Amino acid sequence: MNIVRSHVLVCGGTGCTSSNSPEIIKQFNKELDKRGLSDEVKVIQTGCFGLCALGPIVIVYPEGSFYSMVKPEDVEEIVEEHILKGRIVKRLLYEGDLKEAKVATSLNDTNFYKKQKRIALRNCGVIDPENIDEYIANDGYQALAKVLTQMTPEEVIDTITASGLRGRGGAGFPTGRKWAFAAKEDNPVKYVCCNADEGDPGAFMDRSLLEGDPHSIIEAMAIAGYAIGAHQGYVYVRAEYPIAVKRLQIAIRQAREYGFLGEDIFGTGFNFDLDVRLGAGAFVCGEETALMRSIEGHRGEPRPRPPFPAVKGLFDKPTILNNVETYANVPWIINNGPEAFASIGTEKSKGTKVFALGGKITNTGLVEIPMGTTLREVIEEIGGGVPNGKKFKAAQTGGPSGGCIPESLIDTPMDFESLAAVGSIMGSGGLIVMDEDNCMVDIAKFFLQFTVDESCGKCTPCRIGMRRLLELVDKITSGNGTLEDIELTEQLCYHIKENSLCGLGQTAPNPVLSTLQHFRDEYIAHVVDKRCPAGVCKNLLRYQILAEKCIGCTSCARVCPVGAISGEVKKPHTIDTSKCIKCGACMEKCKFGAIVKN
Amino acid sequence: MNRTQVRSGKSTDKARSGSRISPQPEEKFSEIKKVIEKYADREGCLIQVLHEAQQIYGYLPMEVQQFIARSLDLPLSEVAGVLSFYSFFSVKPRGQHTIRVCLGTACYVRGGKKIVDHLCESLNVGVGDTTEDGKFTFEIARCIGACGLAPAVMIDDTVYKQVTPAKIDAILSRY
Amino acid sequence: MSTVKVKVNGVEVECPANATVLEAARLAGIEIPTLCYMKEINAIGACRICVTEVSGARGLVAACVYPVAEGMEINTNSQKAYNARKMTLELILSNHRRDCLTCDRNQNCELQKLAKDYNIKDVRFGHPEELKPQIEDSMIHLIRDNSKCILCRRCVAVCKEMQGIGVIGPNDRGFETHISCAFDRNLEETACVSCGQCITVCPTGALTERDCTDKVWNALADKSKFVVVGTAPSVRVTLGECFDMPVGTNVQGKMVAALRRLGFDKVFDVDVTADLTILEEGTEFLERLNSGENLPLITSCSPGWVKFCEHYYPEFIPNLSSCKSPQQMFGAMMKTYYAEKMGIDPKDIFVVSIMPCTAKKFERFRDYQEAVPGLRDVDAAITTRELARMIATAGISFKDLPDEDFDPAFGISSGAGVIFGATGGVMEAALRTVTEIVTGQELKKLEFTEVRGTEGIKEAQYDLGGRLVRVAVASGLSNARALLERVKSGEAQYDMIEIMACPGGCVNGGGQPIQPQSVRNFVDLRAKRAAAIYDADKEMKLRKSHENPVIKEIYDTYLEKPGSHKAHKILHTKYQARSKYPGVAVAE
Repeated sequence: MNIVRSHVLVCGGTGCTSSNSPEIIKQFNKELDKRGLSDEVKVIQTGCFGLCALGPIVIVYPEGSFYSMVKPEDVEEIVEEHILKGRIVKRLLYEGDLKEAKVATSLNDTNFYKKQKRIALRNCGVIDPENIDEYIANDGYQALAKVLTQMTPEEVIDTITASGLRGRGGAGFPTGRKWAFAAKEDNPVKYVCCNADEGDPGAFMDRSLLEGDPHSIIEAMAIAGYAIGAHQGYVYVRAEYPIAVKRLQIAIRQAREYGFLGEDIFGTGFNFDLDVRLGAGAFVCGEETALMRSIEGHRGEPRPRPPFPAVKGLFDKPTILNNVETYANVPWIINNGPEAFASIGTEKSKGTKVFALGGKITNTGLVEIPMGTTLREVIEEIGGGVPNGKKFKAAQTGGPSGGCIPESLIDTPMDFESLAAVGSIMGSGGLIVMDEDNCMVDIAKFFLQFTVDESCGKCTPCRIGMRRLLELVDKITSGNGTLEDIELTEQLCYHIKENSLCGLGQTAPNPVLSTLQHFRDEYIAHVVDKRCPAGVCKNLLRYQILAEKCIGCTSCARVCPVGAISGEVKKPHTIDTSKCIKCGACMEKCKFGAIVKN
Repeated sequence: MNRTQVRSGKSTDKARSGSRISPQPEEKFSEIKKVIEKYADREGCLIQVLHEAQQIYGYLPMEVQQFIARSLDLPLSEVAGVLSFYSFFSVKPRGQHTIRVCLGTACYVRGGKKIVDHLCESLNVGVGDTTEDGKFTFEIARCIGACGLAPAVMIDDTVYKQVTPAKIDAILSRY
Repeated sequence: MSTVKVKVNGVEVECPANATVLEAARLAGIEIPTLCYMKEINAIGACRICVTEVSGARGLVAACVYPVAEGMEINTNSQKAYNARKMTLELILSNHRRDCLTCDRNQNCELQKLAKDYNIKDVRFGHPEELKPQIEDSMIHLIRDNSKCILCRRCVAVCKEMQGIGVIGPNDRGFETHISCAFDRNLEETACVSCGQCITVCPTGALTERDCTDKVWNALADKSKFVVVGTAPSVRVTLGECFDMPVGTNVQGKMVAALRRLGFDKVFDVDVTADLTILEEGTEFLERLNSGENLPLITSCSPGWVKFCEHYYPEFIPNLSSCKSPQQMFGAMMKTYYAEKMGIDPKDIFVVSIMPCTAKKFERFRDYQEAVPGLRDVDAAITTRELARMIATAGISFKDLPDEDFDPAFGISSGAGVIFGATGGVMEAALRTVTEIVTGQELKKLEFTEVRGTEGIKEAQYDLGGRLVRVAVASGLSNARALLERVKSGEAQYDMIEIMACPGGCVNGGGQPIQPQSVRNFVDLRAKRAAAIYDADKEMKLRKSHENPVIKEIYDTYLEKPGSHKAHKILHTKYQARSKYPGVAVAE
């Protein structure tokens, strides 16, 4: 084997792939080949680094130079300058703090990574996900070996229980307890399922994990299979994630070849195999009973519990279902001991949590933080704050099942209990930042539209109730609402929460309730003043020309599609509000800031 | 007797496209048959079969669904019911290119809705429809996982980042 | 069975350990409302009307599916549960077209009753007044109006699980979810068998039979028509339910009196042609037994089953008895034998049949059902429910009617004819006759108890004069399917099979009185109605078809003998294979 002097890591996550990272890899190989460096320098396509906004990302080791927004035409320069001549290409370095330092400091010293603790994401952006040897080199399948050769199933469950690991899919149920329930069932056929049907709009942790480190999921599922006495597993993954599906399938094939899946694993007599099942675009399939119905080939409609899946799940057999991120923690816990995991986080929320940071924030991307890190730290330090000098207004966690956290609560620690206490939830890890330009009623309506579209339609409160709720909120944003409507909205929210059949309906009103809790004044402005404070709700907008700023250039009148603007040349213009369709074209066109909306 | 026939627009739409019999490419059906045989002894394979059949046929019109129903010995209503539950499956022929505007939360708060409104107008189609010239099918995506590039638009397999109404016109003109 | 003790609204009750909260409450005399739940048919916990507070649960639970536990405290009528049910009702009503006054199910609607019980005065959501009818009336027997559908899915469950057909199902999702055939096609373009079970489970007016009472009223008003009516065996034990009489009350006498008061020229009993069926079918059976051809013989009285066979098991068509059903034999005899005897032009005879069945409406229009060419054997087939409606329209005080007898020409029947109304009855009637014919000896015991009862599939073996005869009885089409699959695979072998489309046979037919879940969940309709049928048989002097003097006279004076050429012309029919996916282009 050749001694490799340098590694070039190119991000192959969905974000960077769509920004043409495969072409960058091709270019690297071409340029290295041209210079006869192919044996000395290894190019690796990795999973997501986390900083998606700056993709495509390339890291050159051993220096650890972090190049961002690399274009194929930059590759030649990196090879020529950095790899051949040892001169870092400063113009491509990550802007954050590295450029200031003008030296190639370690990635971990940057604000974005400094506060992170990567357990679930430990291999993402580090190894080639399509190469099982790299996973093995990073302690891969060591946990499975340890479990199968040195531990009883009870010991495995005890270890997971002792670690304090809780489900990362949203509800936070203790993983060890879930496994114990299924282990207790006396049935020769049991199943282990993985929920990779990440449906929260604005979250992509699971996708990045499957793309960046598929073997950790396979290893964890085999461990779970041993713990509960199952021999077959299913990974239910969104069909919208083609790269994740492909890498998972490659990984399963490799694991079978290496004997980590299949019969008589490690010669212990333990059999376990995995199958991938594709979702088909239904958010409700993230609910456990719906997911199982879907694997069985039916409409993904949830059913009442009990019986719980641990007793009667997939194909009516005892089944455990865990989320991708939950599984990703398992091998680490086995290898490092439950104490190590339990030492991270808060009293009731142990370990770390991966968040997909998005919206009005400088560093969008994937971050993994110890539980209990405050929202302020995440937004201001890791996320780099709200861009364009705008004011932070709220952070939304938990997606369509979650809520908004207002600025006054920005010091809330990010753990299960604290988030619930402020009317939101941990959820699967979507974290969307809003600034002063976002209308909170409109945001609530956005999530309602989502859950109305995604309701399975089985139970009355969710099927009809959510639709009626959307109609009420729509009435409010269109300026036709009354104070009574706000009251009825609230009443209906609680009804849907308490009466819906499954978790989707039980949490779907949360975005409304939490905005009502923290931003009630905005609702009231919509119904009493008939005004949208953020200037988002079209029906409530009024475009106006400030006479003192208007110079009468006529460009607004020319761009107006409905001829609502009139006025003489070089004299202030006016907008006929009865004609105005509120498209905003005039405001975009005006160079003098003479047009305002309110 | 009241013989009023009223149905929601959506349903009529489906019924119409469902009853359109297109030429049946024999080789596509034999490919689908192979898929069904592959899954024959696996429990609960309907959705996987539909996935592969859609890849082969492009969409899943009535005759394909009926073929699958018969091959798997399922009631046709079961196949159609499952299919209509999942948004990934299409019963209508698709355009040459698929435009998917991301309306995940990140893209929404960064103005994805504006792109949707703009495209509805400029392409003269509703969401889920195909342009008259058969060039584009216009869809909304629930987060394509490109939150860092918001608002993002995906055309076939290519993601365009930080799109504006003006930018999208320029992009579309290249197709 | 082990039991547990629970407290319902403070009252302790002991209930089976596997009971649901709903069942436990009922034991304490409390009725928790349900809309989607129906015992043995649908338990999906979807409508959320039955939400109830129980100790140990986080929030409200769906009583219909939530299991009891030792020491559980159940509070069925807490303020919380009451408010929740009320709001859920309001939501359902916000999407339900409320034309109650002109609805088929007015005053027999589970949703209407709940709206009243829960004192709903106002619906604060949606715009229900803007809802338009969504009529699908392609079938002869049924009308669907989804603007009244509340998506309880009982119809889907009964069609798919109980009947094993599944021509309807949920389509789309969320608020757009609706029950329909694949691609929203019309029911006539599917392999629906017209059994009407979906109608009897529908809590609202979303599914109703096609009403033919106007046609009957018109005939009654037409002086040129001689209107005869015949009543199916099971109708006499169910009609009383429409007039608040207990399930399983035999009201034969009052029924006859009512029909007479409605103005029918003759009131006859289809039991007579049931006896006739036994003679024809028994003869056919013995012929096949001798020749060994087309065995097992499968009965053809149930038009739902016949259509099922044609769609799903065309390979068994040769096994079907070629006999018309008792309804069709009744019509055929009226327009031939009776017309001739009475000297009436068959064109002027209007035959009305009162049936427990919606498929009979379809059967009337089948091919090869015209004993007199150009004239349908039967002119109107109405259900038990439609008859009740006519009695109400006529202002007849049903409960106060005297008991009257059928008109004699077609009014004398045997107990064998009566038991056609319950599953196993046709088999038993046939065995009574065939055994005596073959052995030439009088049966000591007339009851063939092995083929009685509400189980879905029953099997028995009898000695028929030295020859062992293997018989099977199935009711409900899922059971029929299971039985036929075993016959097909060679796993089971029979000489004769009785199949009824509806579970429990005609007593539970798709045209029978609709009982709400509050009754069906706790009363075994099939067993109670069947018990009344067997009681009627027991009390009759005449209990064997071949001893019926009317039948004897028919053969002596008109048909010569069972299976004669003339009998074949008038009383037998033909079948046709039908597609499993009618109206769909077949790709291969």
